[in-house]
Order: sequence, then C-alpha cells, then structure tokens
Amino acid sequence: MVPTSYYIVLSAILFGLGVFAFIFKRNLITMFMSIELMLNAVNLAFVAFSQALGKPDGQVFVLFVIVVAAAEAAVGLGIIILIARNRQSLNVERVDLLKL
Amino acid sequence: MLDYLWIIPLLPLLGSATNGLLGSKWPNKTVTWVAISSTGLSFFCALEAVREFFASGQVPFRKEFFTWIAAGNFRAGFDLQMDQLTVVMVLVVTGVGWLIHIYSTGYMAHEGGYYRFFSQLNLFMFFMLILVLAANYTLLFVGWEGVGLSSYLLIGFYFLRKSAADAGKKAFIVNRIGDFGFMLGMFLLFRTFHTLDFTALFQAASNPAWGHEAWGQFGTFTVACLLLFMGACGKSAQLPLYVWLPDAMEGPTPVSALIHAATMVTAGVYVVARSHVLFVHSETAMVAVAIVGCATAFFAATIGLVQTDIKRVLAYSTVSQLGYMFLACGVGAFSAGIFHLMTHAFFKALLFLAAGSVIHAMGGEQDMNKMGGLSSKIKYTYATMLTATLAITGIPPLAGFFSKDQILFGAFQIPGGHPLYAVGLLTALLTSFYMFRLIFLTFHGKPRFDEHKVHAHESPWSMLGPLVVLAVLSFAGGWFALPTFFDGPDYFSNFLGPMFGSHESAEAAGAAAAHSLELILAGVAVGAALIGLGVAYWMYLRKPGKADELAKSMKPAYTTLLNKYYVDELYAAAVVKPLVWLSTNVFWKAADVAGIDGAVNGIASGTTAIGDGVRRTQSGNTRSYAVWVVVGAIVIIAVVFFWPSAGRPVAGMVR
Repeated sequence: MVPTSYYIVLSAILFGLGVFAFIFKRNLITMFMSIELMLNAVNLAFVAFSQALGKPDGQVFVLFVIVVAAAEAAVGLGIIILIARNRQSLNVERVDLLKL
Repeated sequence: MLDYLWIIPLLPLLGSATNGLLGSKWPNKTVTWVAISSTGLSFFCALEAVREFFASGQVPFRKEFFTWIAAGNFRAGFDLQMDQLTVVMVLVVTGVGWLIHIYSTGYMAHEGGYYRFFSQLNLFMFFMLILVLAANYTLLFVGWEGVGLSSYLLIGFYFLRKSAADAGKKAFIVNRIGDFGFMLGMFLLFRTFHTLDFTALFQAASNPAWGHEAWGQFGTFTVACLLLFMGACGKSAQLPLYVWLPDAMEGPTPVSALIHAATMVTAGVYVVARSHVLFVHSETAMVAVAIVGCATAFFAATIGLVQTDIKRVLAYSTVSQLGYMFLACGVGAFSAGIFHLMTHAFFKALLFLAAGSVIHAMGGEQDMNKMGGLSSKIKYTYATMLTATLAITGIPPLAGFFSKDQILFGAFQIPGGHPLYAVGLLTALLTSFYMFRLIFLTFHGKPRFDEHKVHAHESPWSMLGPLVVLAVLSFAGGWFALPTFFDGPDYFSNFLGPMFGSHESAEAAGAAAAHSLELILAGVAVGAALIGLGVAYWMYLRKPGKADELAKSMKPAYTTLLNKYYVDELYAAAVVKPLVWLSTNVFWKAADVAGIDGAVNGIASGTTAIGDGVRRTQSGNTRSYAVWVVVGAIVIIAVVFFWPSAGRPVAGMVR
C-alpha cells in the first residue's frame, strides 16, 4: 500500500507545476492546459484523502470537478478560438483590453 | 370676539401674504385696498374684543389655542390673552398702525416696490400683535424677533442705497445683542419656575417666600430682570444699545413713524411693565432700569440739540422719550410709563408723519437748514406738527403734559429719586428747546431754499387725514388723567391698577397729601418747557445768527454733540473692528478656509490619490492577476500555519 503522503506530495508537485506554467507561459492553450493540470492535481489529493479516511465524499467531489472541468473546457476553448480568429495570435500579453 | 382673539393678528398676516405673493402683478389700488382693509378690520376686531373685555367686567382673559412646543414639562402654546395692559397696547398698535397705513398710501404712491412695502408693513403688524397678545414669554419672543425682522426689512426698503442696507443690518445685529440677554433671561426663569407662562410664572413669583433682593444682591430675580432688561434695551434703543435707532431713519418715513416711534420700540417698555412682578422683587434691577432710562433720556436729548436732519432730531427725541418710559418703570410708576407710551405713540407718530409731509412738500429735502418759512405754505401740516410739538414738550392740556408729569412726580416721590427728577426736568427743558428749534427752523423765518426750484405744496388728504386724527389724539389723549388736577380720580392708572396691583397703591394712598406737591411739580415742568421754548425762540427767530455764534464759541462741545459723542466711532473701534479682524483672519481664513475646507478637500484629494495608486494594479494583464491570486493564497496559508490565533477565523471561513 502506497502511503497517503506520497499522493499528496505528487499532487503538490503537479499543482505547483500548473501554477508556474500558468504564470510564466504566454500561450493561451498552454495556460489552459496548466489549469487542467491544477484541477487534476486537486482531484488526486481528493481521491487520496478519500481513500485514507475511508469516506466516499472526496470521490463524489472529483466526479463533480471532472464534469465542471469538461464544461469549462468547452467554453474556454470556444473563447480561445474566437480570440485566435480576431487577433491572429494566442499571445496572452495582447489580451488586455479590460484594463483602465 | 375674545374667543377668536387669533383673528386680530391673523388679518394683517393674510394681508401680508396676499400682497407679498400676488401684489407684484396687481395695480397699486388693489394692493392699497388689501393692506388698508386687513389692518382696519384688525383694528375693529380689537375694538370689539376690548368692548367684550369691558362687558365681562375687566376679567383678564386668556385662552390656549393650540400647543406649539411640548417637550418634557415644557409647554409653549399659542396662547393669547387680553388684560388691561394688552387693551392699551393692542389699541395703540392697531389704531396708530392703521392710520399710518392710510398715510403710507399717499406717501408711498410714487415709490417703486409699493406692494413689497405694504406686505412688510402688514407683516410687522402681525408680529407686533403677537407680541402684545402673547400669554407666555416664548410666544412673546416670536413676536419680538418677528418685529426685529420686519424692522430690518423696512429700514432696508431702499436696499439699493448702501447706507440703508447697512442701517438695516446694524439694527438687526444690535437687536440680536439684546435678544441674547433676553433669551438667557427666559432660560433662567424657566429653570427657576419651570414655566414661561405669564399667569403661572407671575403667580409663582409673587409667592412671599421669594423675598426681596436688596440693592447689590444678585439673586435669581435680579439676574433674570437685568437680562430681560438687556433685551428691552436693544429693542427700545436705550444706552448702550441705542445706536441703531438714529440710523434706522434711512427707512421710509411712515416706517419710522410706525416702527421706530410708536410701536416696536415701545416693546421693551411693554416687556418691563409686563414683567413688573419680577422687577419689583429686585431693587438692583429697578434702579438699573431707572438710571439707564434717565441717562438715556438726557443723553439723547443733548444730541438732539444740534442735529440738522429733521428725522434725526425726531429719532433722538424718540430715544429720549423711551428713556422717560423706562425711568417711570424703574421708579415703580408702571402705569405712568404705559401712559407715556400711549401718548408718545400719538404725538411721535404724528411728528414723524408731519415731518414726512414736510419732506414730501420739499421734494425729498431733510436738512432743516434748507427749509424755513413753510408755515404759510403747508398750513395743515404746520398746525398738526405744532400740536404734536406742544404735546411732547408738555404744555397743558395736551397729552404729553399729563404723562410726563406723572413720570416726574413718580421719580420725585421715591427715596433718593431727586437726582432722577432733576435730570428728567432738565431733559424736559432740552426737549422743549430742540422741538421748538425744529419748528422754528422748518416753518418760521425766511425760506432758505430756492423758491424757484422747490415748490412747496400741501400733501394729499390721504396723508393729512391721519395727521388730523393723530393731532386730536395728541391733544386729548392725556385727558384720562385730567381729573387728578381737580381732586378727581386718574382714570388711566385706575384702569391699569389691577394689573400693577399693590405696587402702586402706596402712591394712591398718599395721593391726597401729595396733591399740592404734584401741582407744584407740574408747574415747574411747564416752566421748564416754556424756558426751552423761549430760548429756542430767542436763538432761532429773534437773533438768527446767535446759534452759529454760540456753536463757534463752544466749538468742542458743539462738535462732540454733532458727532453724537463719537459713540459710533467708539463702537467701530472697540467692537466692530476687532470682530471683523477676528472673523476675517480666524473664522474665515483659518477656520473656514484652512480648517473646514481643508479637511473636506483633503479627504477628497486623498481618496483620489489612493484610487489613482490602486488603479495601477488593474493592469489588464491576465498573468499579473494570476500572480495576485497565488500571492493571496500563499498569504492566507501562511497565516493559518504560522499565526494560529489570528488564523482561526480565516481557517473557519475556509473550512
């Protein structure tokens, strides 16, 4: 049996990678992927705790997260496609029209 | 009518509102009709109320119409009353006021702002009637302030002229100084007696347990009375607050007659007489009233000797005569004071109105040095003005003789009153001199104006009518006291007797013994008046140059008098200048601009600056937002881990 802490450390590493990628990458697709990475890191932690505590709550949560992530992927990819069409670029630095 | 006493003040208010709101579109005729009928009806209502008062056997009437303020155990109601004192005041106010309204229709006929004038004049009538009918100090104070307001508006009637606007402000501000004392007096009375209602207050105050406060003893009564008297000094133009009244002559002449001679300025005397129950408790207050009145009477009379503006002479004469009234109150002869108030209202209103008629005839000239020889040109004005002059100088059997005689008699009788009597008598002599000086300079001698340019003409009958009526009143208004000279009763003081009660009974008891004394004193007073007349005749008619010679030989005294003892200059240097400096530098530039404006503007610009700084965080860069989110999360986690006590609520929120 693999100890729970291993799962948690792996989850933390994955989450940290996601955060770093989100902050330092400029490509929208890559950023989107890093968000997915963070979500799945959290999913991993949920499942690990669920297993360790012997309660099903965490696994139920994971199902919800997967569903919401799928919906988010659909909407997010749609937005990315529109941005790519309008600007001929996926550089996030140039998507800054909301600032004052 | 007594049950509907509120109609008497309401009618002028309606007239004022109607003319004020609609009058600007109306022809002068309609405005006249509204103003005259509202005050006239008010006069007749007052007559009817007085008739019912007599019919009910002179029982003081009082009615609470509605409660105006109720707070804790304090109640200020719209309560009106009718007693002997009110009868005199209400008849004088409505009667003389009505006559002056009629006169004004002629005098103001060619002036701009006709409707405004009558609206404000009616407003004055309303407040004055509230003042005299009020049955508690609070309501009286409403009228008191209201007449001050109307006075301000009417003095500044020609507000385009700076001197008139300034005079209005001066009157208002000087009155406020007095009112400050008046209010403090009311507070003290309420604190002591827990009521400001006349009936209840005076009943409580006449409880013998309160005792008498001797000379120099500053108990509740002394302080309260002195504070009330401070208000009276402001309103009735006594030393040291008299300075506004001569300047108030900037207003139209009917205003001077109504407000600054006959009615409003007597409000102070009325208040002292009304509060006599309080005043007789305190020797200090009574002596103060007597001395201030006596000093004012003399002081103002000396200034009146040398003034050349016809209205200013009358103004100082008014101040002087008001001093007589306070002298009467101060020596305990309240009914004599009120008697003089009434006769003075007749002859002083007449003097002002006649002076207005003279000014009208001269086409606006007020300087007596540019008049002369008018007696044959404006006969009616001359006759009426001469009547008033004889009345004010105290020539029997005209009105002023009786009232002034009673005052001097009262002053002579009290212990230590002989100096007061002497000054009063001297003032009577001076009064006679300056009044006949006015008559001789204006109506006699050779005309000193260009007869080709100025065509002196008699005034219309709308102006002469009131003059004639007032002349009759000035002639006969004092005959209530006529029988005293034939061992008869004094109807006027008997009528007011129940009001002033026991305080004057001593005077009545010694009447028989004092009768011969009174005759002698009356003779002396008449003698003084005749001397004044003779001197004026000699100086201004027999030897016309004599007055100028005398002025030259006594130059310092003359210039001091001409400049009114430099009191205005003194006040300007001692009070006005420091106040202006304080207001400009401390209240305006330091407190207002730097303090208040600085705080408000500082908060606003600080908020702007903070917003400007925080705005920079909204860069629009997606990755910077991501960094903020991460930093925030790290901070929360750090707090939860390393600072558990503070982290607990945060952890609670997360959990």
